[in-house]
Amino acid sequence: MNEREILEGAQFDLVIRRLCCELIENHDEFSSSVIIGLQPRGIFLAKRIVDFLEAHYSIKVIHGNLDVTFHRDDFRRKQSPLIPNKTNIDFIIEGKKVVLIDDVLYTGRTIRSGMDAMLAFGRPTKVELLVLIDRRYSRDLPIQPDYTGLSVDTIARQRVSVKWKEVDGEDKVALQTIIDNG
Amino acid sequence: MDKLSTDHLLGIKHLQKEDISLIFQVADNFKEIINRPLKKVPSLRDVTVANLFFENSTRTKLSFELAEKRLSADIINFSSSGSSVKKGETLVDTVNNILAMKVDIIVMRHPMPGAAIYLSQRVDARIINAGDGTHEHPTQALLDSFSIREQFGEVKGRKVVIVGDILHSRVALSNIFCLKKLGAEVMVCGPPTLIPPHIKTLGVEVSYHLEEALSWCDVAMMLRIQLERQGVEENGNVSYFPSLREYTMQYGLTTKILEKIGRDITIMHPGPINRGIEIATDVADSGQSIILSQVENGVAIRMAILYLLAGISE
Repeated sequence: MNEREILEGAQFDLVIRRLCCELIENHDEFSSSVIIGLQPRGIFLAKRIVDFLEAHYSIKVIHGNLDVTFHRDDFRRKQSPLIPNKTNIDFIIEGKKVVLIDDVLYTGRTIRSGMDAMLAFGRPTKVELLVLIDRRYSRDLPIQPDYTGLSVDTIARQRVSVKWKEVDGEDKVALQTIIDNG
Repeated sequence: MDKLSTDHLLGIKHLQKEDISLIFQVADNFKEIINRPLKKVPSLRDVTVANLFFENSTRTKLSFELAEKRLSADIINFSSSGSSVKKGETLVDTVNNILAMKVDIIVMRHPMPGAAIYLSQRVDARIINAGDGTHEHPTQALLDSFSIREQFGEVKGRKVVIVGDILHSRVALSNIFCLKKLGAEVMVCGPPTLIPPHIKTLGVEVSYHLEEALSWCDVAMMLRIQLERQGVEENGNVSYFPSLREYTMQYGLTTKILEKIGRDITIMHPGPINRGIEIATDVADSGQSIILSQVENGVAIRMAILYLLAGISE
Protein backbone atom coordinates (compact mmCIF):
# COMPACT_ATOMS: atom_id res chain seq x y z
CA MET A 1 0.00 0.00 0.00
CA ASN A 2 1.23 3.41 -1.00
CA GLU A 3 0.63 6.36 1.37
CA ARG A 4 0.84 10.09 0.65
CA GLU A 5 0.34 12.76 3.32
CA ILE A 6 -2.04 15.50 2.30
CA LEU A 7 -2.50 17.41 5.55
CA GLU A 8 -0.49 17.63 8.76
CA GLY A 9 1.04 19.89 11.43
CA ALA A 10 0.40 23.64 11.13
CA GLN A 11 -1.61 23.15 7.95
CA PHE A 12 -3.98 20.84 9.81
CA ASP A 13 -4.59 23.48 12.51
CA LEU A 14 -5.01 26.17 9.89
CA VAL A 15 -7.76 24.23 8.14
CA ILE A 16 -9.68 23.80 11.41
CA ARG A 17 -9.23 27.51 12.19
CA ARG A 18 -10.62 28.43 8.76
CA LEU A 19 -13.60 26.11 9.23
CA CYS A 20 -14.35 27.82 12.57
CA CYS A 21 -14.24 31.27 10.93
CA GLU A 22 -16.61 30.14 8.19
CA LEU A 23 -19.00 28.81 10.84
CA ILE A 24 -18.94 32.15 12.72
CA GLU A 25 -19.81 33.96 9.48
CA ASN A 26 -23.06 32.02 9.28
CA HIS A 27 -23.87 31.27 12.91
CA ASP A 28 -22.54 34.39 14.70
CA GLU A 29 -22.77 33.62 18.45
CA PHE A 30 -24.31 30.17 17.89
CA SER A 31 -27.31 31.30 19.97
CA SER A 32 -29.72 29.18 17.93
CA SER A 33 -27.22 26.70 16.49
CA VAL A 34 -25.87 23.38 17.72
CA ILE A 35 -23.01 21.15 16.62
CA ILE A 36 -23.38 17.40 16.27
CA GLY A 37 -20.37 15.17 15.63
CA LEU A 38 -21.01 11.85 13.92
CA GLN A 39 -19.63 8.70 15.54
CA PRO A 40 -17.11 7.21 15.40
CA ARG A 41 -14.56 9.65 13.90
CA GLY A 42 -16.48 12.88 13.33
CA ILE A 43 -16.65 13.50 17.07
CA PHE A 44 -12.96 14.46 17.23
CA LEU A 45 -13.34 17.21 14.62
CA ALA A 46 -16.54 18.42 16.31
CA LYS A 47 -14.81 18.64 19.70
CA ARG A 48 -11.82 20.48 18.18
CA ILE A 49 -14.14 23.03 16.60
CA VAL A 50 -16.16 23.49 19.80
CA ASP A 51 -12.97 23.93 21.86
CA PHE A 52 -11.45 26.32 19.32
CA LEU A 53 -14.57 28.50 19.22
CA GLU A 54 -14.56 28.76 23.00
CA ALA A 55 -10.82 29.33 23.40
CA HIS A 56 -10.36 31.93 20.64
CA TYR A 57 -13.76 33.57 20.29
CA SER A 58 -15.37 32.88 23.71
CA ILE A 59 -18.31 31.25 21.94
CA LYS A 60 -19.89 28.39 23.87
CA VAL A 61 -21.64 25.99 21.56
CA ILE A 62 -24.18 23.35 22.54
CA HIS A 63 -22.82 20.13 21.11
CA GLY A 64 -23.24 16.36 21.16
CA ASN A 65 -22.26 13.09 19.52
CA LEU A 66 -24.60 11.08 17.33
CA ASP A 67 -24.32 7.41 16.43
CA VAL A 68 -25.88 6.46 13.10
CA THR A 69 -25.52 2.65 13.31
CA PHE A 70 -29.21 1.81 13.76
CA HIS A 71 -30.12 3.94 10.74
CA ARG A 72 -27.55 2.57 8.31
CA ASP A 73 -28.73 0.96 5.08
CA ASP A 74 -26.20 -1.90 5.08
CA PHE A 75 -27.57 -3.72 8.15
CA ARG A 76 -28.00 -7.45 7.43
CA ARG A 77 -25.66 -7.12 4.46
CA LYS A 78 -22.47 -7.96 6.34
CA GLN A 79 -21.03 -11.03 8.04
CA SER A 80 -21.16 -9.33 11.44
CA PRO A 81 -23.77 -7.02 12.89
CA LEU A 82 -22.81 -3.35 13.01
CA ILE A 83 -21.73 -2.53 16.55
CA PRO A 84 -22.97 0.86 17.72
CA ASN A 85 -21.18 3.70 19.51
CA LYS A 86 -22.57 6.07 22.11
CA THR A 87 -25.05 8.79 21.29
CA ASN A 88 -24.72 11.69 23.65
CA ILE A 89 -27.26 14.39 22.85
CA ASP A 90 -28.88 15.91 25.94
CA PHE A 91 -30.64 18.72 24.11
CA ILE A 92 -33.55 19.07 21.69
CA ILE A 93 -32.76 20.33 18.19
CA GLU A 94 -36.33 21.53 17.53
CA GLY A 95 -36.14 24.93 15.88
CA LYS A 96 -32.31 25.00 15.92
CA LYS A 97 -29.76 25.21 13.14
CA VAL A 98 -27.72 22.01 13.21
CA VAL A 99 -24.17 21.64 11.93
CA LEU A 100 -23.45 17.96 11.32
CA ILE A 101 -19.74 17.18 11.42
CA ASP A 102 -17.82 14.22 10.03
CA ASP A 103 -14.19 13.65 9.15
CA VAL A 104 -14.54 12.29 5.59
CA LEU A 105 -17.40 12.61 3.12
CA TYR A 106 -17.31 9.74 0.64
CA THR A 107 -20.49 8.04 -0.62
CA GLY A 108 -22.82 10.20 1.50
CA ARG A 109 -24.51 7.17 3.06
CA THR A 110 -23.31 7.91 6.60
CA ILE A 111 -24.62 11.47 6.33
CA ARG A 112 -27.98 10.16 5.08
CA SER A 113 -28.13 7.87 8.12
CA GLY A 114 -27.03 10.75 10.33
CA MET A 115 -29.86 12.99 9.15
CA ASP A 116 -32.31 10.17 9.79
CA ALA A 117 -30.92 9.50 13.29
CA MET A 118 -30.88 13.21 14.10
CA LEU A 119 -34.63 13.60 13.56
CA ALA A 120 -35.26 11.57 16.75
CA PHE A 121 -34.22 14.71 18.63
CA GLY A 122 -36.63 17.13 16.94
CA ARG A 123 -37.17 19.08 13.72
CA PRO A 124 -34.34 21.51 13.05
CA THR A 125 -34.91 24.67 11.00
CA LYS A 126 -31.77 24.05 9.00
CA VAL A 127 -29.12 21.36 8.70
CA GLU A 128 -25.62 22.02 7.41
CA LEU A 129 -22.77 19.65 6.79
CA LEU A 130 -19.13 20.27 7.69
CA VAL A 131 -16.40 17.81 6.73
CA LEU A 132 -12.63 17.84 7.00
CA ILE A 133 -12.11 15.93 3.74
CA ASP A 134 -14.48 15.82 0.81
CA ARG A 135 -13.77 12.95 -1.59
CA ARG A 136 -15.27 14.54 -4.69
CA TYR A 137 -16.98 12.67 -7.50
CA SER A 138 -17.60 9.57 -5.36
CA ARG A 139 -21.09 10.17 -4.06
CA ASP A 140 -23.85 7.51 -4.12
CA LEU A 141 -26.42 10.01 -2.89
CA PRO A 142 -27.13 13.67 -3.67
CA ILE A 143 -25.36 15.07 -0.59
CA GLN A 144 -22.83 17.92 -0.62
CA PRO A 145 -20.96 19.66 2.21
CA ASP A 146 -21.55 23.29 3.22
CA TYR A 147 -18.09 23.61 4.76
CA THR A 148 -15.06 21.68 3.50
CA GLY A 149 -11.58 21.52 4.99
CA LEU A 150 -9.98 20.04 1.90
CA SER A 151 -11.33 18.51 -1.29
CA VAL A 152 -9.52 15.54 -2.77
CA ASP A 153 -10.07 13.63 -5.98
CA THR A 154 -9.79 9.91 -5.38
CA ILE A 155 -10.42 6.63 -7.09
CA ALA A 156 -12.12 3.55 -5.59
CA ARG A 157 -8.78 1.86 -4.78
CA GLN A 158 -7.82 4.76 -2.54
CA ARG A 159 -8.65 5.37 1.10
CA VAL A 160 -8.43 8.55 3.11
CA SER A 161 -6.95 8.02 6.57
CA VAL A 162 -7.52 10.74 9.17
CA LYS A 163 -5.55 10.55 12.40
CA TRP A 164 -6.32 12.51 15.54
CA LYS A 165 -3.93 13.37 18.39
CA GLU A 166 -6.58 12.31 20.91
CA VAL A 167 -6.60 8.69 19.80
CA ASP A 168 -3.82 8.18 17.25
CA GLY A 169 -1.11 10.39 18.77
CA GLU A 170 -0.84 12.76 15.76
CA ASP A 171 -2.94 14.96 13.49
CA LYS A 172 -2.53 13.76 9.95
CA VAL A 173 -4.51 13.10 6.79
CA ALA A 174 -3.06 10.66 4.29
CA LEU A 175 -4.18 9.21 1.00
CA GLN A 176 -3.59 5.48 0.86
CA THR A 177 -3.55 3.60 -2.43
CA ILE A 178 -3.88 -0.16 -2.59
CA ILE A 179 -1.35 -1.43 -5.12
CA ASP A 180 -2.72 -4.12 -7.35
CA ASN A 181 0.16 -6.39 -8.31
CA GLY A 182 -2.02 -8.63 -10.38
CA MET B 1 -15.63 -9.40 19.48
CA ASP B 2 -18.08 -7.99 16.95
CA LYS B 3 -20.68 -10.74 16.77
CA LEU B 4 -22.21 -13.43 18.95
CA SER B 5 -20.59 -16.85 18.98
CA THR B 6 -23.99 -18.45 18.42
CA ASP B 7 -26.82 -18.15 15.87
CA HIS B 8 -29.52 -18.62 18.52
CA LEU B 9 -30.13 -17.62 22.12
CA LEU B 10 -31.03 -20.95 23.68
CA GLY B 11 -29.62 -20.53 27.15
CA ILE B 12 -26.90 -18.75 29.09
CA LYS B 13 -25.01 -22.03 29.31
CA HIS B 14 -24.32 -21.79 25.58
CA LEU B 15 -23.00 -18.22 25.74
CA GLN B 16 -19.44 -17.07 26.29
CA LYS B 17 -18.56 -14.24 28.65
CA GLU B 18 -17.67 -12.11 25.60
CA ASP B 19 -21.16 -12.68 24.16
CA ILE B 20 -22.69 -11.31 27.34
CA SER B 21 -20.37 -8.27 27.27
CA LEU B 22 -21.35 -7.59 23.64
CA ILE B 23 -25.07 -7.87 24.46
CA PHE B 24 -24.59 -5.40 27.35
CA GLN B 25 -22.62 -3.00 25.16
CA VAL B 26 -25.37 -2.92 22.53
CA ALA B 27 -28.09 -2.79 25.21
CA ASP B 28 -26.49 0.39 26.61
CA ASN B 29 -27.20 2.05 23.28
CA PHE B 30 -30.77 0.78 23.17
CA LYS B 31 -31.40 1.96 26.73
CA GLU B 32 -30.47 5.47 25.59
CA ILE B 33 -32.78 5.10 22.58
CA ILE B 34 -35.83 3.96 24.56
CA ASN B 35 -35.46 7.04 26.75
CA ARG B 36 -35.61 9.42 23.78
CA PRO B 37 -38.79 11.26 22.78
CA LEU B 38 -38.77 9.20 19.57
CA LYS B 39 -38.04 5.65 20.73
CA LYS B 40 -37.86 3.81 17.45
CA VAL B 41 -35.03 2.86 15.08
CA PRO B 42 -35.43 1.26 11.65
CA SER B 43 -32.80 -1.52 11.98
CA LEU B 44 -35.16 -4.53 11.70
CA ARG B 45 -37.62 -3.07 9.20
CA ASP B 46 -37.18 -6.01 6.81
CA VAL B 47 -37.26 -8.67 9.55
CA THR B 48 -40.31 -10.66 10.64
CA VAL B 49 -40.43 -12.08 14.15
CA ALA B 50 -42.89 -14.70 15.38
CA ASN B 51 -43.63 -14.75 19.10
CA LEU B 52 -44.72 -18.28 19.96
CA PHE B 53 -46.02 -18.59 23.48
CA PHE B 54 -47.03 -22.13 24.40
CA GLU B 55 -47.16 -21.07 28.05
CA ASN B 56 -48.65 -18.04 29.81
CA SER B 57 -46.64 -14.85 29.87
CA THR B 58 -47.37 -11.18 30.41
CA ARG B 59 -44.15 -9.33 31.03
CA THR B 60 -41.80 -11.31 28.77
CA LYS B 61 -44.26 -11.30 25.87
CA LEU B 62 -44.94 -7.58 26.16
CA SER B 63 -41.25 -6.84 26.56
CA PHE B 64 -40.33 -8.84 23.45
CA GLU B 65 -43.15 -7.25 21.47
CA LEU B 66 -42.10 -3.78 22.49
CA ALA B 67 -38.45 -4.53 21.70
CA GLU B 68 -39.44 -5.81 18.25
CA LYS B 69 -41.63 -2.77 17.59
CA ARG B 70 -38.93 -0.34 18.74
CA LEU B 71 -36.65 -1.99 16.16
CA SER B 72 -39.35 -1.67 13.45
CA ALA B 73 -39.70 -5.43 12.92
CA ASP B 74 -42.92 -6.99 11.66
CA ILE B 75 -44.50 -9.21 14.29
CA ILE B 76 -46.86 -12.15 14.38
CA ASN B 77 -48.11 -13.44 17.70
CA PHE B 78 -49.15 -16.95 18.48
CA SER B 79 -50.41 -18.53 21.66
CA SER B 80 -51.19 -22.21 21.96
CA SER B 81 -54.72 -21.73 23.27
CA GLY B 82 -57.13 -21.82 20.35
CA SER B 83 -54.46 -23.03 17.92
CA SER B 84 -53.87 -26.24 15.95
CA VAL B 85 -51.55 -27.42 18.72
CA LYS B 86 -54.73 -28.39 20.52
CA LYS B 87 -55.65 -30.47 17.48
CA GLY B 88 -52.51 -32.58 17.79
CA GLU B 89 -50.01 -30.77 15.57
CA THR B 90 -46.35 -31.28 16.51
CA LEU B 91 -44.10 -28.39 17.50
CA VAL B 92 -41.90 -28.75 14.42
CA ASP B 93 -44.93 -28.80 12.09
CA THR B 94 -46.44 -25.75 13.76
CA VAL B 95 -43.19 -23.82 13.49
CA ASN B 96 -42.45 -24.91 9.91
CA ASN B 97 -45.92 -23.74 8.90
CA ILE B 98 -45.19 -20.37 10.46
CA LEU B 99 -41.78 -20.23 8.79
CA ALA B 100 -43.41 -20.91 5.39
CA MET B 101 -44.89 -17.44 5.85
CA LYS B 102 -41.31 -16.07 5.65
CA VAL B 103 -40.44 -15.50 9.29
CA ASP B 104 -36.80 -14.78 10.21
CA ILE B 105 -36.72 -15.05 13.99
CA ILE B 106 -38.71 -17.20 16.42
CA VAL B 107 -39.16 -16.12 20.03
CA MET B 108 -40.53 -19.12 21.90
CA ARG B 109 -41.77 -19.92 25.38
CA HIS B 110 -42.61 -23.56 25.95
CA PRO B 111 -43.44 -25.67 29.04
CA MET B 112 -40.97 -28.43 28.04
CA PRO B 113 -37.31 -28.07 29.07
CA GLY B 114 -35.09 -28.17 25.97
CA ALA B 115 -37.86 -27.16 23.54
CA ALA B 116 -35.82 -24.26 22.15
CA ILE B 117 -32.74 -26.45 21.58
CA TYR B 118 -34.90 -29.12 19.92
CA LEU B 119 -36.41 -26.54 17.61
CA SER B 120 -33.07 -24.92 16.73
CA GLN B 121 -31.85 -28.30 15.43
CA ARG B 122 -34.87 -28.84 13.21
CA VAL B 123 -35.98 -25.54 11.69
CA ASP B 124 -34.26 -22.90 9.60
CA ALA B 125 -34.67 -19.74 11.67
CA ARG B 126 -32.95 -18.00 14.52
CA ILE B 127 -34.45 -19.10 17.82
CA ILE B 128 -34.68 -17.03 20.99
CA ASN B 129 -35.64 -18.95 24.10
CA ALA B 130 -38.16 -16.95 26.11
CA GLY B 131 -38.32 -19.67 28.78
CA ASP B 132 -38.41 -23.44 28.40
CA GLY B 133 -40.07 -25.18 31.34
CA THR B 134 -37.83 -25.36 34.38
CA HIS B 135 -34.68 -25.17 32.24
CA GLU B 136 -33.58 -21.66 31.21
CA HIS B 137 -34.85 -18.13 30.78
CA PRO B 138 -31.80 -16.44 29.27
CA THR B 139 -33.19 -12.97 28.56
CA GLN B 140 -34.34 -12.64 32.18
CA ALA B 141 -30.87 -13.54 33.47
CA LEU B 142 -29.24 -11.10 31.05
CA LEU B 143 -31.49 -8.26 32.10
CA ASP B 144 -30.90 -9.10 35.77
CA SER B 145 -27.13 -8.99 35.38
CA PHE B 146 -27.42 -5.85 33.24
CA SER B 147 -29.42 -4.24 36.08
CA ILE B 148 -26.78 -5.28 38.65
CA ARG B 149 -24.05 -3.85 36.39
CA GLU B 150 -26.03 -0.61 36.12
CA GLN B 151 -26.42 -0.44 39.90
CA PHE B 152 -22.85 -1.33 40.89
CA GLY B 153 -20.73 -0.56 37.81
CA GLU B 154 -19.84 -4.21 37.32
CA VAL B 155 -21.15 -7.65 38.21
CA LYS B 156 -17.76 -9.13 39.08
CA GLY B 157 -17.22 -9.58 42.81
CA ARG B 158 -20.85 -8.86 43.77
CA LYS B 159 -22.56 -11.25 46.14
CA VAL B 160 -25.99 -12.25 44.92
CA VAL B 161 -28.46 -14.45 46.77
CA ILE B 162 -31.36 -16.04 44.92
CA VAL B 163 -34.19 -16.77 47.34
CA GLY B 164 -37.18 -19.06 46.88
CA ASP B 165 -38.24 -21.90 44.63
CA ILE B 166 -34.86 -22.74 43.09
CA LEU B 167 -35.99 -26.25 42.11
CA HIS B 168 -38.65 -25.12 39.64
CA SER B 169 -37.08 -21.84 38.56
CA ARG B 170 -35.60 -21.36 35.09
CA VAL B 171 -34.78 -17.81 36.17
CA ALA B 172 -32.59 -19.18 38.97
CA LEU B 173 -30.68 -21.55 36.69
CA SER B 174 -30.05 -18.95 33.98
CA ASN B 175 -29.05 -16.41 36.60
CA ILE B 176 -26.59 -18.81 38.21
CA PHE B 177 -24.91 -19.42 34.82
CA CYS B 178 -24.90 -15.72 33.94
CA LEU B 179 -23.71 -14.38 37.29
CA LYS B 180 -20.96 -17.01 37.56
CA LYS B 181 -19.74 -16.26 34.02
CA LEU B 182 -19.53 -12.58 34.93
CA GLY B 183 -17.57 -13.28 38.12
CA ALA B 184 -20.22 -12.77 40.80
CA GLU B 185 -20.51 -14.91 43.92
CA VAL B 186 -23.86 -16.67 44.07
CA MET B 187 -25.83 -18.18 46.94
CA VAL B 188 -29.20 -19.87 46.78
CA CYS B 189 -31.57 -19.81 49.72
CA GLY B 190 -34.86 -21.54 50.36
CA PRO B 191 -36.48 -24.53 52.08
CA PRO B 192 -34.38 -27.72 51.60
CA THR B 193 -37.21 -29.25 49.54
CA LEU B 194 -36.95 -26.46 46.96
CA ILE B 195 -33.15 -26.54 46.59
CA PRO B 196 -31.94 -29.11 44.02
CA PRO B 197 -29.68 -31.67 45.77
CA HIS B 198 -26.57 -31.18 43.59
CA ILE B 199 -26.82 -27.42 43.12
CA LYS B 200 -23.36 -26.90 44.69
CA THR B 201 -21.80 -28.48 41.59
CA LEU B 202 -22.69 -25.24 39.78
CA GLY B 203 -20.36 -23.39 42.14
CA VAL B 204 -22.96 -21.76 44.35
CA GLU B 205 -23.30 -21.51 48.12
CA VAL B 206 -26.42 -22.82 49.81
CA SER B 207 -28.21 -21.40 52.83
CA TYR B 208 -31.49 -22.48 54.38
CA HIS B 209 -31.77 -19.34 56.51
CA LEU B 210 -32.87 -16.06 54.98
CA GLU B 211 -31.23 -13.89 57.64
CA GLU B 212 -27.88 -15.61 57.12
CA ALA B 213 -28.16 -15.19 53.33
CA LEU B 214 -29.13 -11.53 53.57
CA SER B 215 -26.22 -10.78 55.94
CA TRP B 216 -23.88 -12.14 53.25
CA CYS B 217 -25.21 -10.54 50.07
CA ASP B 218 -25.16 -7.24 48.16
CA VAL B 219 -28.17 -8.19 46.05
CA ALA B 220 -31.21 -10.29 46.97
CA MET B 221 -33.14 -11.74 44.07
CA MET B 222 -36.54 -12.88 45.32
CA LEU B 223 -38.35 -15.56 43.34
CA ARG B 224 -42.01 -16.43 43.15
CA ILE B 225 -43.23 -19.75 44.52
CA GLN B 226 -44.21 -21.56 41.33
CA LEU B 227 -47.38 -23.22 42.56
CA GLU B 228 -48.33 -24.24 39.02
CA ARG B 229 -45.25 -26.47 38.80
CA GLN B 230 -45.53 -27.88 42.31
CA GLY B 231 -48.81 -29.76 42.14
CA VAL B 232 -51.19 -28.12 44.58
CA GLU B 233 -53.09 -30.52 46.82
CA GLU B 234 -56.87 -30.49 47.08
CA ASN B 235 -56.82 -28.62 50.38
CA GLY B 236 -54.73 -25.86 48.78
CA ASN B 237 -51.50 -26.95 50.41
CA VAL B 238 -48.38 -27.84 48.44
CA SER B 239 -46.18 -30.80 49.05
CA TYR B 240 -42.84 -28.95 49.27
CA PHE B 241 -43.58 -27.04 52.50
CA PRO B 242 -46.38 -27.15 55.08
CA SER B 243 -48.16 -23.95 54.05
CA LEU B 244 -47.65 -20.66 52.22
CA ARG B 245 -48.02 -18.88 55.55
CA GLU B 246 -45.11 -20.85 56.97
CA TYR B 247 -43.03 -20.19 53.84
CA THR B 248 -43.68 -16.45 54.18
CA MET B 249 -42.69 -16.48 57.84
CA GLN B 250 -39.39 -18.24 57.05
CA TYR B 251 -38.44 -16.80 53.66
CA GLY B 252 -40.59 -13.70 53.06
CA LEU B 253 -38.58 -10.50 52.69
CA THR B 254 -39.93 -7.87 55.08
CA THR B 255 -38.83 -4.46 56.34
CA LYS B 256 -38.40 -6.03 59.77
CA ILE B 257 -35.75 -8.50 58.62
CA LEU B 258 -33.98 -5.85 56.52
CA GLU B 259 -33.84 -3.52 59.53
CA LYS B 260 -32.47 -6.36 61.63
CA ILE B 261 -29.69 -6.98 59.10
CA GLY B 262 -28.94 -3.25 59.01
CA ARG B 263 -27.32 -3.34 55.56
CA ASP B 264 -28.31 -1.61 52.35
CA ILE B 265 -29.22 -4.51 50.07
CA THR B 266 -30.44 -4.13 46.49
CA ILE B 267 -33.73 -5.97 46.01
CA MET B 268 -34.68 -7.62 42.71
CA HIS B 269 -37.61 -9.70 41.52
CA PRO B 270 -38.22 -11.12 38.04
CA GLY B 271 -42.00 -10.85 38.44
CA PRO B 272 -44.80 -11.60 38.69
CA ILE B 273 -44.67 -10.61 42.35
CA ASN B 274 -46.85 -12.31 44.91
CA ARG B 275 -47.03 -9.43 47.34
CA GLY B 276 -47.16 -10.55 50.93
CA ILE B 277 -45.69 -13.98 50.16
CA GLU B 278 -42.04 -13.85 49.01
CA ILE B 279 -41.81 -10.08 49.39
CA ALA B 280 -43.74 -7.54 51.44
CA THR B 281 -45.39 -4.67 49.60
CA ASP B 282 -43.37 -1.94 51.33
CA VAL B 283 -40.09 -3.70 50.46
CA ALA B 284 -41.10 -4.18 46.82
CA ASP B 285 -41.92 -0.48 46.55
CA SER B 286 -38.94 0.78 48.59
CA GLY B 287 -35.92 2.71 47.34
CA GLN B 288 -33.79 -0.41 47.64
CA SER B 289 -35.90 -2.19 45.05
CA ILE B 290 -34.84 -2.01 41.37
CA ILE B 291 -37.76 -4.13 40.16
CA LEU B 292 -39.06 -1.50 37.72
CA SER B 293 -35.55 -0.83 36.38
CA GLN B 294 -35.35 -4.55 35.62
CA VAL B 295 -38.49 -4.25 33.49
CA GLU B 296 -37.12 -1.23 31.62
CA ASN B 297 -33.78 -2.94 31.07
CA GLY B 298 -35.62 -6.00 29.77
CA VAL B 299 -36.69 -4.09 26.67
CA ALA B 300 -33.14 -2.83 26.02
CA ILE B 301 -31.63 -6.30 26.48
CA ARG B 302 -34.18 -7.93 24.18
CA MET B 303 -33.60 -5.25 21.55
CA ALA B 304 -29.86 -5.96 21.74
CA ILE B 305 -30.37 -9.72 21.31
CA LEU B 306 -32.76 -9.31 18.38
CA TYR B 307 -30.41 -6.80 16.78
CA LEU B 308 -27.32 -8.99 17.16
CA LEU B 309 -29.04 -12.16 15.93
CA ALA B 310 -30.73 -10.43 13.00
CA GLY B 311 -27.72 -8.40 11.93
CA ILE B 312 -25.82 -11.07 10.06
CA SER B 313 -26.30 -11.54 6.32
CA GLU B 314 -27.76 -14.87 5.29
